Amino acid sequence: MSRARADEEEYWHSSKFRAFTFDDEDDELSQLKESKRAVNSLRDIVDDDDDDLEKVSWSGEPVGSISWSIKETASSSSSLEGRDTSLQKGSSSYSALPKQVSSYSLSSLFKGRNRLPSLPSLSDAFSDTGVKNYAPELRRPKAEYKDYSNDWSPRDTVRRMQRGKVCSLERFRSLQDKLVLLDEAVAGHDGNVITAVLIFLKRTLRREVLFRELEVRQVALCHLIHFLKETGEQKLLLDLLRFLDRTEEVALSQYREHLNIQDVEKKREFLKGCIGLPFSAEDISHIQDHYTLLERQIIIEANDRHLAMAGQSEIFRKYPRKASILNMPLVTTLFYSCFYHYTEAEGTFSSPTNLKKTFKIPDKQYVLTALAARAKLRAWEDVDALLTTKNWLGYTKKKAPIGFHRVVEILQRNNAPVQVLQEYVRLVEDVETRLNLATKYKCHDVVIDTYRDLKDRIQLMAYKCKVERGSAEEEKINSLLSNMQIRWKN
Amino acid sequence: MAAHLSSGRVNLTALREAGRRELREFLDKCAGSKAIVWDEYLTGPFGLIAQYSLLKEHEVEKMFTLKPGRLPQADVRNIIFFVRPRLELMDIITDNVRRYDRGRSPQRDFHILFVPRRSLLCEQWLKEQGVLGSFIHREQYSLDLIPFDGDLLSMESESAFKECYLENDQTSLYHAAKGLMTLQALYGTIPQIFGKGDCARHVANMMIRMKREFPGSQNSIFPVFDTLLLLDRNVDLLTPLATQLTYEGLIDEIYGIQNTYVKLPPEKFAPKKQGEGGKDLPTEPKKLQLNSAEELYAEIRDKNFNAVGSVLSKKAKIISAAFEERHHAKTVGEIKQFVSQLPHMQAARSSLANHTSIAELIKDITTSEDFFDNLTVEQEFMSGIDTDKVNNYIEDCIAQKHSLIKILRLVCLQSVCNNGLKQKVLDHYKREILQTYGYEHILTLNNLEKAGLLKLQTGGRNNYPTIRKTLRLWMDDVNEQVYSGYAPLSVRLAQLLARPGWRSIEEVLKMLPGPHFEERQQLPTGLQKKRQHGENRVTLVFFLGGVTYAEIAALRFLSQMEDGGTEYVIATTKLINGTTWIKSLMEKLEPAPF
Repeated sequence: MSRARADEEEYWHSSKFRAFTFDDEDDELSQLKESKRAVNSLRDIVDDDDDDLEKVSWSGEPVGSISWSIKETASSSSSLEGRDTSLQKGSSSYSALPKQVSSYSLSSLFKGRNRLPSLPSLSDAFSDTGVKNYAPELRRPKAEYKDYSNDWSPRDTVRRMQRGKVCSLERFRSLQDKLVLLDEAVAGHDGNVITAVLIFLKRTLRREVLFRELEVRQVALCHLIHFLKETGEQKLLLDLLRFLDRTEEVALSQYREHLNIQDVEKKREFLKGCIGLPFSAEDISHIQDHYTLLERQIIIEANDRHLAMAGQSEIFRKYPRKASILNMPLVTTLFYSCFYHYTEAEGTFSSPTNLKKTFKIPDKQYVLTALAARAKLRAWEDVDALLTTKNWLGYTKKKAPIGFHRVVEILQRNNAPVQVLQEYVRLVEDVETRLNLATKYKCHDVVIDTYRDLKDRIQLMAYKCKVERGSAEEEKINSLLSNMQIRWKN
Repeated sequence: MAAHLSSGRVNLTALREAGRRELREFLDKCAGSKAIVWDEYLTGPFGLIAQYSLLKEHEVEKMFTLKPGRLPQADVRNIIFFVRPRLELMDIITDNVRRYDRGRSPQRDFHILFVPRRSLLCEQWLKEQGVLGSFIHREQYSLDLIPFDGDLLSMESESAFKECYLENDQTSLYHAAKGLMTLQALYGTIPQIFGKGDCARHVANMMIRMKREFPGSQNSIFPVFDTLLLLDRNVDLLTPLATQLTYEGLIDEIYGIQNTYVKLPPEKFAPKKQGEGGKDLPTEPKKLQLNSAEELYAEIRDKNFNAVGSVLSKKAKIISAAFEERHHAKTVGEIKQFVSQLPHMQAARSSLANHTSIAELIKDITTSEDFFDNLTVEQEFMSGIDTDKVNNYIEDCIAQKHSLIKILRLVCLQSVCNNGLKQKVLDHYKREILQTYGYEHILTLNNLEKAGLLKLQTGGRNNYPTIRKTLRLWMDDVNEQVYSGYAPLSVRLAQLLARPGWRSIEEVLKMLPGPHFEERQQLPTGLQKKRQHGENRVTLVFFLGGVTYAEIAALRFLSQMEDGGTEYVIATTKLINGTTWIKSLMEKLEPAPF
């Protein structure tokens, strides 16, 4: 810690920057209570049912609102259609779609298209019914035919498209015409139209020509890149990025692909391939680590699943694994290894020290994770060893890179006995924090000793009523209070 | 239903009316009884325009949520799909239409209403599936700017920031310009346009171009707005990252307000009658609408949460006293009068009960140690303390696996307040985040870097202190503010534009990204405003990329200042807070397989 806790405390009490203080804490709380009381007392007077401003249905939706009415009108369908309504109400695959993502633009239009689960079954079901027959074009609005017949200029075409009219783009044959059309679309800023034109160009231009022309048209280029990302045309996207020499983006874009791979072996192979990609200098080590971690996890997982199934290992019997370790973050993996493989020699892949070394895990992170894992197992002697350092003269000393107050917190959360807890409470450097923790967790010895060191007779006397009558602690306090050698400050 | 829309300086009921009219016209095109199939996302925004009663008047008999599979049976002549123009929704519609059994079912007409814009690609796609011809009417419903309150409009376009600043897709800007054209058609041409940022420049350009291309849009309405101020969100990346400390801001930070509604844990909203209590506590979340139609809410929404308790207690006293009056009512006339006031008093009581409960819920959080620690760090950063080294609290939060979004908010805040982080600090945070939350988040970190929220300090110069001092963003002695001590940069820009003008801050404007500009739109002589003495100017501030409730509160505060001289109406692409904002920039990761 860069600044001692005491400094911090001092800073906050003296500083003007006390931003969110409740100046008179009690007063403010009591004000809330006051209004609560008033509200409650008024309930007796008014026990009218429709005192709400608007009616609210069982689900909490205001009656008459659209979302409420959907439920209402849908469920009022006759019993004959019961099957359908229940289908409609039940959770279907649609509810899994990302409906949060709004939409106003075309760019988000392609999201999830490839992932939609309902499609395959659909085409199966209707494979023998001629699709065209199925939905005969009965009454086409007349206005539409008009749009095909006229020769619009590029500008007019774009304007019509902006207004949502259908236009044929096939008439733009020459490269020149197509580019004018694209420039017009870009000038209109409507992504819907720009993308429509780009799709047309993508279909009718040779790749090199398309790339070359887009390189000098940045806005259109961005739209195409976004469009390709959304529709998942990965190959064309990578070609384009390579052509543009945007190597880092190529690398990231390719790396992103791993998210779609479920099979871990395949994912590992894929990540291995990513290592050679032109990432930035800072990113490459993380990608390498990602690969190494998954590789490790696969080995550990195979081994441990075997161990757990065989039922020979006590730790796995006593604490069965809740989930596989595959695809978990590094720190979680370290915790796992501290939990199940703590005593293993550094040579094995699953040993904590090996992980620490391989991934250059900082001391702080390591101690924190190991502590949490060992405390969960209530292995107090491991905790002790973890926090003990020996200097070259052979003296031992307790050291906690995370601060002893954090050690106490973790141990306490794992229900450590007072004897264990107080050993570390004693080591908390800041006196006030130490007293707070000691009092909170009933480490009487620490409290008593601290008051003694502070020569605070009044506090010590006050503490007497918190220890059990006739206990060793009470005796200790009494003997201290009657000790004439101590020069009390009060 | 919409009284709150007319409470402000500009009567936004007209905009809502225009929306309703357009909706009725469309519904009447499809003669006969109807069922509407809803893209679920749209029900929230549509609810601010119309209720079911309006639809019912136009023969809408059934409503369903859009889902794959067979459409539920409905004995109606028309089936209308209300959808956003997205391909995955087209897939579902295709599925619905194909499964519709024409042989056995009676004659139906299908229609599509695209919101907010008809999409060529969606139609092309439906054509490829062979179902396009099944739709008789294919129309668009331009729901660009939705009135949320008397002084607030939103496009509710969640991905606008990501699209504009990450993907360089300006479609949402096009819709913003369209919305502004609609607004001008209803409220007159806005004579002065100011702006700061690339997106602002684009929108202004589009507006000018649209006006030129559709000369018919020149209207003869007396202008209501004097000034339009277009602000890019990336001019002020700092403000949304900080925790909002107004009442409404905190409700949004903690529970999330959506389309003016909030869902709250039900425990504190106990049943009303004593007899019913205890047995079955409500389990459904309590849903409340929050807007200025509710007198008490209008009074406290923009206050620093510190000040809310005393207002509630004062209200409680007033209401208690009012109910006490009944004991003094002796004559029939007095009793009659008391009874006539009863509904109003009951409404006030129920409103007080709700907000007392909400305030209690919030207080539980704001008095927690972690909330305080988090806020302390935010305040340190914003006042420029220790922004160039690794922060202990952030490290602790990572070690304890606090939510990743919280970590990202803090790290980004530190980066913005330091005009980028030193290489060593940035690397340290990145490593800790990737090791603790998973390497795949490297994609999210990359997005944040691209959006400028997280960056490397280049050139070794941190100009944030200059900006902070010149714009007086930090005031040591002011606690009762929307961000306790911090005045939002965006709002300062609006304030300084009104008085004394941006010329006074040229230097700082140059440090912020993107151009700043001024445009004038000519008005016919008859429409030029002759200002009455003492009459306030009206400025529309449009936040491109999102605005927070605390910023809105700060602008309302400026509107109410007696010598301010300007009243503000606020428009935005989306109402945001730091969490929803960061979330919109995160890479969508596949859910874990178990």
